[in-house]
Amino acid sequence: MPLTEPTQGGVALPAETATELAAPTAPALQPGAPAAPRARSEVLYFALRNWKFLLGSGIVLAALLAALVGPWLTDYTPLEFTGPTDQPPSSEYWFGTTSYGQDVYSQFVYGLRAAFLVGALGGGIAWILGVGIGFTAGYRGGWIDDVLNMLTNVVLVIPTLAILIIVAAYLEVQSYTTEAVIIGLTSWPWAARAVRSQTFSLKTREFVEVARLSGRSTRQIIATELAPNMSSYLLMTFILLFGGAILIGASLDFLGLGPTESISLGLMMNNAFLASALLLGSWWWFLPPGLGIIAIVGGLYVMNVGLDEVFNPKLRAT
Amino acid sequence: MTRYLARKVVIYLVTFFVAVTIDWAIPRFMPGDPVEGLLSRMQAQPGSVEELSGYYTQAFGFDVPIWQQYLNFWAALLNGDLGRSIANYPTPVSELIMGALPYTLALLVPAVLLSFWAGNKVGALAARRKALDNTVLPASYALTATPQMWLGIVLAWLFASTWAIFPVSGAYALDIQPSWSLEFALSFLYHWILPFSALFLVAFGGWAIGMRNMIIYELEADYSNYLASLGAPTKLVRKYAYRNALLPQITGLALALGAVVAGAIVVEIVFSYPGLGTLTLKAIQNRDYFLIQGIFLFLITGVLIANFLIDIFYVVVDPRTRIGMQGS
Repeated sequence: MPLTEPTQGGVALPAETATELAAPTAPALQPGAPAAPRARSEVLYFALRNWKFLLGSGIVLAALLAALVGPWLTDYTPLEFTGPTDQPPSSEYWFGTTSYGQDVYSQFVYGLRAAFLVGALGGGIAWILGVGIGFTAGYRGGWIDDVLNMLTNVVLVIPTLAILIIVAAYLEVQSYTTEAVIIGLTSWPWAARAVRSQTFSLKTREFVEVARLSGRSTRQIIATELAPNMSSYLLMTFILLFGGAILIGASLDFLGLGPTESISLGLMMNNAFLASALLLGSWWWFLPPGLGIIAIVGGLYVMNVGLDEVFNPKLRAT
Repeated sequence: MTRYLARKVVIYLVTFFVAVTIDWAIPRFMPGDPVEGLLSRMQAQPGSVEELSGYYTQAFGFDVPIWQQYLNFWAALLNGDLGRSIANYPTPVSELIMGALPYTLALLVPAVLLSFWAGNKVGALAARRKALDNTVLPASYALTATPQMWLGIVLAWLFASTWAIFPVSGAYALDIQPSWSLEFALSFLYHWILPFSALFLVAFGGWAIGMRNMIIYELEADYSNYLASLGAPTKLVRKYAYRNALLPQITGLALALGAVVAGAIVVEIVFSYPGLGTLTLKAIQNRDYFLIQGIFLFLITGVLIANFLIDIFYVVVDPRTRIGMQGS
């Protein structure tokens, strides 16, 4: 596993690497440039030359931009009846209209917003739980580890969607926030497991022993000694949880268990499917939501591989 | 080895216990009166409300103390009694589930095993081979990020609706009855291909990526470099790397089961495939809560059993789990 030096803190672009943003594909190594004095600029140096990282983050940023700016470019709200039904894409309706006369473009960009919300919040909650439990179990050991490990294993085995179905069936899910919280509370175990085993291998190292001898508290040691040494790992864990939360949320919405008062990409597929859009051949209705999810989640995954290569020199020389 | 398996079994028993408790607790501890909540959402006809209310109160067993309710729930469960379906009253929930189960298994088991096999083979081939890597890897990333139901919709749209090569829905032609005949088997296979492909392709992408990355780690390991420096052919080095890379993939298989089950549920819905997924959707639409709870228990039990089988398989393929446990 890649272990990098502390890279915490706000990332300010050094002047020389900022110019690289304009021409990210420049393949030749500039003499002098790689001799970056600090780990952070070294990471940035390799990140800006890694096409996987650039491609993945580019796609995700483009989708984020569409989610943020897209709704301004349309006069229609996603669920409003606009007039013509089952229209293919045109200059008036960029992505066509649904069988209920709704604007697909508007549904798509608002759906992207919901996807990012569920991903960020659901993935974020899962990340906090997973990392917190992983660190505590791995660092404390003993009976605390036994209990937390048992908890992790139990939640790990229960299929997330199954538990979500039963919770959502009784608890009417009214908002994406609720949906994200439920997803976050059930999808953390693999992250906890991964962080725990990383912590195990780190905690016997000398610098952790020294920190312990100097009388610092467990929380301080975790925050200042352990976490910075696996920051790349923690970042990648968050990216994967983010993508996973979007996929689970889409399945839940497709089953009709998410919020039905507003629109999401999963709900678009649900509507299109129930209205027999695939028999009518209304491809403009059901293709965009899936492509949107593939773009965000696939972009995140590709970005993650890129980051892995950036942090781990062994993987770079392919 | 026995200690290793015993530990696992304890975890699975605890999981089952927790799952049953969740199944029992959710209707009871959710805000509001469950019976009233259920009835208001069902929009039942006025005359049937009282009857249903009586049935629910009795079925939940709300008239006894809470600990008694819990014990009764377990007792009923161990007798195979999961309650009765509301939408198909008075069919027992267990009967509905048993009717749907074979179809789900027929989709899931081949999809899981074949995607695992093919994904690992292709991923191993792609590692450190530029041309293959640059085609297999992007395709795999797109596949693994694809929602299964969407892939199902697209496959149905292309191959069933547009080109009419395969049927759009169902598990067999409407004019034949399920039986052990060649005619039924062919019809079944014909209807099976599209939903299977949707599940297979998404899972395939994940395994190919996992194996590709794992092999690269293994090829960087000291034993690989040592073997190569001894003059061993590349093929042999890759063979050893593959074997070692397979172990974390098997662990991953256990972790991925939940996601695969979720995928099967949504794909079945797309193709109106008469398995547990379609049953789940019907149960959700009809607010058939006992059916939802029954399916929940079944899915978890299935995943637990599959996990246990994978554990046994792991012991077979990884000698360290056997020797290590004997020593201590």
